[in-house]
Amino acid sequence: MNIHQPRGDVSGRTLAIVEELKGLEGPLLPIFHEIQHEFGYVPQDCLPVIARELNLSRAEVYGVFSFYHDFREHPAGRHVLKLCRAEACQSMGGDELAERAKRLLGIDFHETTPDGAVTLEPVYCLGLCSCAPSAMFDGEVHARVDADDLDALVSEARR
Amino acid sequence: MTTKIYIPRDAAALALGADKVAKAIEDLIAARGLDVTIVRNGSRGLHWLEPLVEVETPEGRVAYGPVKARDVASLIDAGLVDGGNHALCLGKTEEIPFLKQQTRLTFARCGVIDPLSLDDYRAHGGLRGLENAISMEPMAIVTQVTESGLRGRGGAGFPTGIKWKTVLEAAGERKYIVCNADEGDSGTFADRMIMEGDPFVLIEGMAVAGLATGATKGFIYTRSEYPHAIATMAQAIEIARRAGVLGQSVLGSGRAFDMEVRTGAGAYVCGEETALLNSLEGKRGIVRAKPPLPAHKGLFDCPTVINNVISLASVPVIMDKGASFYRDFGMGRSRGTIPIQIAGNVKHSGLFETAFGLALGEIIDHIAGGTATGRPVKAVQVGGPLGAYFPRALFDTPFDYEAFAARDGLIGHAGIVVFDDTADMLKQARFAMEFCAIESCGKCTPCRIGSTRGVEVADKIAAGIEPEKNRELLADLCNTMKFGSLCALGGFTPYPVVSAMTHFPDDFKPAPLVEAAE
Repeated sequence: MNIHQPRGDVSGRTLAIVEELKGLEGPLLPIFHEIQHEFGYVPQDCLPVIARELNLSRAEVYGVFSFYHDFREHPAGRHVLKLCRAEACQSMGGDELAERAKRLLGIDFHETTPDGAVTLEPVYCLGLCSCAPSAMFDGEVHARVDADDLDALVSEARR
Repeated sequence: MTTKIYIPRDAAALALGADKVAKAIEDLIAARGLDVTIVRNGSRGLHWLEPLVEVETPEGRVAYGPVKARDVASLIDAGLVDGGNHALCLGKTEEIPFLKQQTRLTFARCGVIDPLSLDDYRAHGGLRGLENAISMEPMAIVTQVTESGLRGRGGAGFPTGIKWKTVLEAAGERKYIVCNADEGDSGTFADRMIMEGDPFVLIEGMAVAGLATGATKGFIYTRSEYPHAIATMAQAIEIARRAGVLGQSVLGSGRAFDMEVRTGAGAYVCGEETALLNSLEGKRGIVRAKPPLPAHKGLFDCPTVINNVISLASVPVIMDKGASFYRDFGMGRSRGTIPIQIAGNVKHSGLFETAFGLALGEIIDHIAGGTATGRPVKAVQVGGPLGAYFPRALFDTPFDYEAFAARDGLIGHAGIVVFDDTADMLKQARFAMEFCAIESCGKCTPCRIGSTRGVEVADKIAAGIEPEKNRELLADLCNTMKFGSLCALGGFTPYPVVSAMTHFPDDFKPAPLVEAAE
């Protein structure tokens, strides 16, 4: 994943997304997904635009944005590594893998390396519980991840 | 004749390198000018053998696995295209014991067909249920589903037919069918496998639900963690629409039904049906108080059927083969089949669809073959993060809604996570509380505050601080959460905690205080 810096004006592009999706029943989540896809995060300047166009209060729009773990207030690193932290992965050494990732990257979960290369995030289940432990790296799934696999992912991210 | 080679596109296979295997096979068959087409099927559910490559031979499909890209050249040299022998050859797919012992009704086509070929789907019995439903009165469809004994496969086990009847009888100009595909429980992946491996069966089930209740619009609400399922479902809906399975006139019946896929945003609680409805409406995923039931006032306050993927995907076979065909499988009040998902530290992991009633120990020891690490099984968690931990002493429990409830457990969405003897059950109990704290929607106090206090109390026990008093406090807190929470998140988090305390008391004894000994 590349760093997405808002290009051009945020409100104009937000308006275009809202215009396209506002006809859906319950459009707010699809709008947030599309905005995050467009910018890589949800710039807070989007919120008043959405509120105005959907006839909602800014508080309501912010409330929905902040409820969901997926939506970012700030850009992520160039790569995003998500490690599954749920029970099936725990049973196959997921905790040790998570500690290794933190040590290799020098960061904790929800943090980005100082060089902007990698953001480390927990995920609660990728549905790959039968081939645990699992990870998602830039949207690609990895299963039966061992220490070597993790090292390879981290060095790929660092390149 | 062109030979077909099947390489799964299921996320589990992809996560284990299926795309690389497919590319290697493609390159080599092109280089050697072999007459082969590659079909990207769903998964058969033999996940310890993924990527599982199959070749169609005159005698049936022959399987190879687990195949890595570097194995491809030797496989082709060994005559893969003719089902030739190789160290990775598993013989005929249907004869592999893990598969042969199953009763596949809901998953009959999963892993067999090309998931996005409607012709394949029809050729394997697809759409017959919907065609039957079209010729029936709505109440007759509801009756057939009721008589099949089908109960909600999401975990609650509520009779599907009764739910449909309520929506059919509810007055409303607009009604909805909502498919709960927010499969967030660790140890479960049946919904994902259906969406990736046989999406048309879910579409067909939802269309039948629409005809039965008078709903004309459906939503599949799934997880952002399932990008492959989302993509496959969206493509399948488009194909179904173009073929007239969905739209203004379902299969030419003159009755309308259409649907779309919606994606959640990483909130576990949205698997709770009322939180899901709020999320679909574009609100925070906060649980609603019931009543009103979603069947009366659901999505946008309209009468709404909300069913799990597997419940809906089991409807086509019921409409095709009849209520009694389905009802004849199972035990007690648990009728039909259940796709058991075997996960975690286990040798033979994957999806095992079978009639209700199999003993837990039979599943763990014989079908799954014990742990992957080879160590003794310490505990199994059945039913996801809100399910109880069962010790070996309870392995005689039959897989049945009531039998599990009688032992203070639940089958939930039928996921089993196996732990070996290195597991620390206090740590697992703490995690259950921690997970609840992270995922609580915040509406009710026992869940929102109780879970955080639960983590703190577990930490005190681990640190050896007044262990006896804190164990009592934890049990008391669990009691408050169980009876005082608004939904199953806070209400069921006590299951793993209390079961861990009850069955593994040694893990809750204070660690020897090293400082004191010195």
